[in-house]
Order: sequence, then C-alpha cells, then structure tokens
Amino acid sequence: MAKNTESNVYTVLFATGMVVIVGALLAFLASSLKEKITENKRIEKQQNILYAMGVNENEPGSVTFVSKNIVGGEFSKYITKQLVITGTDAVEDENAYLIDLKKEEAAAKNTNYQRRLPLFIGNKDNIQYYIIPVRGKGLWDAIWGYVAIDNQLVVQGVYFDHAAETPGLGSNIKERFFMDDFKGEHFLDGDLFKGISVSKGNADPKNMDKTDFEVDAIAGSTITGDGLAAMLKKDLKLYLPYLKTLKQ
Amino acid sequence: MGLLSKKDLKLITDPLADNNPITIQVLGICSALAITAELKASIVMSVAVLFVMGLGNLTISLMRNIIPPKIRIIVQLIVVATLVIIVDLVLKAFAYELSKTLSVFVGLIITNCIIMGRFEAFALANGPIRSFIDGVGNALGYALILIIVGFFRELLGSGTLLGFKVLGDPIEKTGVYAFGYENNGFMLLAPMALITVGIIIWIQRSRNEALIEDN
Repeated sequence: MAKNTESNVYTVLFATGMVVIVGALLAFLASSLKEKITENKRIEKQQNILYAMGVNENEPGSVTFVSKNIVGGEFSKYITKQLVITGTDAVEDENAYLIDLKKEEAAAKNTNYQRRLPLFIGNKDNIQYYIIPVRGKGLWDAIWGYVAIDNQLVVQGVYFDHAAETPGLGSNIKERFFMDDFKGEHFLDGDLFKGISVSKGNADPKNMDKTDFEVDAIAGSTITGDGLAAMLKKDLKLYLPYLKTLKQ
Repeated sequence: MGLLSKKDLKLITDPLADNNPITIQVLGICSALAITAELKASIVMSVAVLFVMGLGNLTISLMRNIIPPKIRIIVQLIVVATLVIIVDLVLKAFAYELSKTLSVFVGLIITNCIIMGRFEAFALANGPIRSFIDGVGNALGYALILIIVGFFRELLGSGTLLGFKVLGDPIEKTGVYAFGYENNGFMLLAPMALITVGIIIWIQRSRNEALIEDN
C-alpha cells in the first residue's frame, strides 16, 4: 500500500480525525452514562451517612453498607431531619445531603457569603445522632467523610473515604481498624475545642484512652493522617456554635 | 496440536522469566513501588494492567499501518487513556463499588511505561493476534513481580496477607508476636519495595548468568 504516512498533511489529518473520533466517543459515553453515575453517587452518600451512624451490614473486619436496593427506605427511616445551618439559623431541607461541600467551601472564601452547613439528624434505638460531613486534603487528592456524634458531643461513628490515597497505606483510612478507633473519642475538652489528631508514636495502640483527643496513626501514611486530622479540626469547628446548643 | 504455536507460547513465557518487564527491562518500576504495600492492591493492579495491555496492544497493532510515525507516541497515549477512561466510566455506571476500588489505579495505568514500551517495541511491528498475546504475556510478567513484592511487603510489614492476620495479632500479642516479634514498618515504605525488587533481580541473575551485562 503506497500510503505516505510520513507526510505532514497526512499527519495533521490523522491527528484531527483521531481527536474528533475519540472526543465524540468519550463525550457520548460520558453524557449517556451521566444520569446513572449521578444516581450512584447519590446512593453512595446515603450509604455513607447511614454507615457513620451505625446503620450498616458490617461483619467482623468488613465495611459493608446497607444494600443499594433498600438504602432509600432506610435513609428516610433513620434520618429524621436534615438541617441547613447558616450562621445561627437552622432550617430543615430534605435535600441537605446533596449540598456540595467543595463548592460551599470555595464560595465561603468570599467573606460576604454565608456558608450553608448541612447536618443530618438520625435516630436509631432511641439515640439521637448528629452527622456532620467533612472534607479536606490527603496526600494526593481530596479526602472526605461523615462524623456521627451524640448529644454529649462524643463521636459515635465515622466514615472516611478518599479519591486517590496510596493503595495499602493512606487508603486504609476507610478500613475498619482505623475508623473504629474513632468511636467514643471526644473532641472537646470542657468547652475548649481540641479536635482529634492522628498520632504516631504508639502511645495508645489499643485506643483505650478516649479523652486524649487522638487515635493511633497508620504506618506509612503520615500525610494522609495529618490531612485527616486537619480536616476534622477545620470542619467540626464550623458546627461548634450550633452543637453547643445541644449540650445544654 | 496446542492452541498456541511454540513461537507464540514464547511470547507468554519469556516475560515471566528471562525477559521480565520489571526485573530485566526495568520498566513499570514506578507503579511496582507505589502499590505493593498490600497483596490485594497488587492483584487489582495486575488484573487492570492485564486488561489494558492486551486490548491496547491489539488496538495499536490494528492501527499500525496508518499511524503517522511522527506522532506515534501521542497516538499511543491517546489509545491507552481512552481505553482506561471508557472502562472507568462504564464501571462507575454499572459497577460502582468496583470502580471505587479501581479509581486510584487509573492514573497509574495510563502512565505505566510497560504499556507504552510494548506498544513501541512490539505492537507497531507485529500482527494483532501476536500483539495481544505479547500484551498478555508482559502483563503476566509484571503481575508476577508485583505479587511477589506485595506478598513480602504485606507479610513482613503488616503481618497480614490479603488482610488476614496470618502471624497473629500484634496488639493482643498472640501468634509469633508472643515471642517478641515485631512488624517491620519500613517494609511499608517505597524504599523497601525497591530493595525487594533488587533482591529478585539478584536472585534471577545469579541463577542465569546470561542475563548479566558485560561491562
């Protein structure tokens, strides 16, 4: 075949053709699958929120959400109220869980903007849970999660997730052995806000001390752990004015 | 008669031993260091690369007569990236849980130099079927090293295999920990992956002197 693949004209034509074909293919796929992907993300959010307040199908060592088919029903059963907090006001909004934390945080850089803070109130076995979404930076990319606390402001459960932490190291923040350590931890010392830090040094590996404001770190994931502690500090603090009204 | 001719079979067996992409050609080292702290991550990455390499090699081989040589590297990159993105999108829509596990690996697959290396060295000059076999063979060679390294790093670093505590519980001090054994946290860090790969290279070359380069 006497095709001159060396010529400039051919090269430019080939490049143009390839870009058009690949671009069209990807755009078509992305837009036709968009609805399904958004729906999956919505379901995942509900599963994560429920997971944090202890509604899950965990077996020892596993992290298992309530299944996709029943999550909608379980969500409306256990989550009794969804609030949007702006300043000191709290209004009910049944779609508060769809608020994009990333956009809110970016918008809040403008000092005139009143940041909307979503808060979910759950009830399981007659215990009230207040579930706070958090979002921050890990080593490579975003990390986020949900922290469930009771009306004494003690952590009762967490769920963490990440976009791209190192597999086997930082990615372990979404494993049971790490998340379970947060149960029972305090982040307030009397009225003083302390946060929960992720500490190296093997000071309390069994995590017996619940009022030391720290959990045991994961080996080999210092920056992810520090990022996670910073995230908790930054976002839990935002809710403090509202949370303090609960304790009285 | 077997399914594969002797020559084709060599395309699979060579990369497993004497022409291993990691230990002999020293390609794909970056991902071998990054994700081998756990056996599970090694296996997931291996399967993903197997899939992309096979299909990528096949696609490039089918296009080999029409790719302009001046921009061939860019074309190869586009092919890999497109394949990976399509898989990622489809998984996100139909197997969301699986896509969550794989999402971390997407970037690592696109930049894996074994894939580009095989496109350049093999798929551009050979027919589609042989290219596909070559892709699978090299991915298996890559997988072998990844799994060996992952095995030792997880065992010595965390005392577990695929998450199971095979050596006992380090906190409750059961199993070997009762005798004062400690996990070696250093195994979890990238330098030890490099040293582990180095040890494999050493063993391999001491067993087969033909692999040692003249200086």
